[in-house]
Amino acid sequence: MRNSFRQPSILPGFWPTFLYTVVYLLLLVLIPLSGVFLKSVSGGWDHFRRAILAPNVLAAFRLSFGASLIAGLIAVGIGFLIAWVLVRYDFPGKALTDALVDLPFALPTAVAGIALTSLYTANGWLGRFLVPLGIKVAFTPAGVVVALTFIGLPFVVRSVQPVLADADRDLEEAAASLGASRLQTFLLVIFPALRPALLTGFALAFARALGEYGSVIFISGNLPLRTEIAPLLIVNKLEQYDYAGATAIAVVMLLASFLILLGINRYQRHIGRSTEAN
Amino acid sequence: MATAVPAISAQGSKVIRDDPAVVRWILTLLALAALGVFVVLPLIAVFVQAFAKGLNGYLNAVRDSNTLSAVELSILTVAISVPLNVLFGLAAAWAVTKFSFVGRNLLVTLIDLPFGVSPVISGLIFVLMFGAQSWVGPWLTDRDIHIIFAVPGIVLATTFVTFPFVARELIPLMEAQSTEEEEAAMVLGARPWQMFFRVTLPNIRWGLLYGVVLCTARALGEFGAVSVVSGHIRGRTNTLPLHVEILYNEYNYAGAFAVASLLSVIAVIALAAKRILERKTGQVSS
Repeated sequence: MRNSFRQPSILPGFWPTFLYTVVYLLLLVLIPLSGVFLKSVSGGWDHFRRAILAPNVLAAFRLSFGASLIAGLIAVGIGFLIAWVLVRYDFPGKALTDALVDLPFALPTAVAGIALTSLYTANGWLGRFLVPLGIKVAFTPAGVVVALTFIGLPFVVRSVQPVLADADRDLEEAAASLGASRLQTFLLVIFPALRPALLTGFALAFARALGEYGSVIFISGNLPLRTEIAPLLIVNKLEQYDYAGATAIAVVMLLASFLILLGINRYQRHIGRSTEAN
Repeated sequence: MATAVPAISAQGSKVIRDDPAVVRWILTLLALAALGVFVVLPLIAVFVQAFAKGLNGYLNAVRDSNTLSAVELSILTVAISVPLNVLFGLAAAWAVTKFSFVGRNLLVTLIDLPFGVSPVISGLIFVLMFGAQSWVGPWLTDRDIHIIFAVPGIVLATTFVTFPFVARELIPLMEAQSTEEEEAAMVLGARPWQMFFRVTLPNIRWGLLYGVVLCTARALGEFGAVSVVSGHIRGRTNTLPLHVEILYNEYNYAGAFAVASLLSVIAVIALAAKRILERKTGQVSS
């Protein structure tokens, strides 16, 4: 190869596989996705702004971002605990427990949605205890949080688990032998080492929760201005043939999740570089 | 340096390291309880409610003609979208991991793009592209070609959503393997396809299989994207997850959970496959 586009190699098949990859990516992903942005511009700025600032759209954004944030934080707490137990302790059924962590990845979202709803309604297995206590989950924003926590949990566990397994135990021993208590060791030695993994897990769970649809729409009950999530409004607007309105919401959500994923990418590269430097 | 230390002090340090038994038990029980309530209980609820009307009710729901046509459409969708993405995954992983070229990192990032897109938006983009109001819409209508609210739209949306799965499995795996074995094959005069089938494929087969399992499970279970493009025409454009929704919204809970249980079995199989295949590849996660 005379040009410097790629380094020389004796392996065959670069151009066919490279071109196939690029063309397939363009046709299936990049061109369709760019259509959303073109469409949102074509209606004009005023139309876009009006679609975004409608009261029900604002309420949906508030719920989607708020519930995703809370669910992400809960998932970080529970996910950290599960990862800790899986890495540090031995107990019967550990392999099964580890496998079950991925269930929210594997279970179709609609199935998760109706199953969660059935648990939390007034006569459900959990609802019959919670509702008399005044804790209503089904058809309230709390239900949205429950569904999004379910969806986000594996992201946190799978982010933290490998880092925790690789963590240098010698540092903990050093801390302990220097007289640190267990709690001090945890807060000052273990936790800082896990912070990047926890943050990555949170961001992944949050990004996924923002766009989640199937597991939420059953348990949320879709009450206007109260429990409508942003993806549901896209569907509603499409059903009313309001393509410009649906597109405007989609653009905001796409930008939000791309920014989050870009942030994770940058952050991980930054962390990777600083640990290499050490 | 740690290996030089005698066994006694290694045991002594174990005492410092480990949490007291009480703490261990409390934390383990808490973790199991949280996982149980949030993750396992919903799965159990699916199966219990699927049989709420007895075995007969279950079989009737599963054998219903609308359920069967949903099964058929789901399988058709998988049969098209999974091979497409396997082919893409292999090509992308080969180009990206065996060669270094300008823009390689960008390409890897772009492959992940569909992961960051809400399922609903994944459907929306194809409605905008092929719907009646789109550029090509009138042209398609004139020729009586139906993409949106028809099977091609469902296949397109599913392929989009499952697009990164195989590539995502293969890229780290092939990156970890060096190019030496393939180079040796080429130097020794193997033809390209011989090299691929005798050297590359055996090295990546378990990762590839796992990618196929993941891709299939997700393609079968995709709801949001398919919901937007399908138009919910019963018996015609209904996949299994959409059928679950329709039954549920008709208050036919036992039927909805019966169909949901079919999808749950597939999810459990995917989890088991993950375990087995991870053991085969010998590493990955814990």
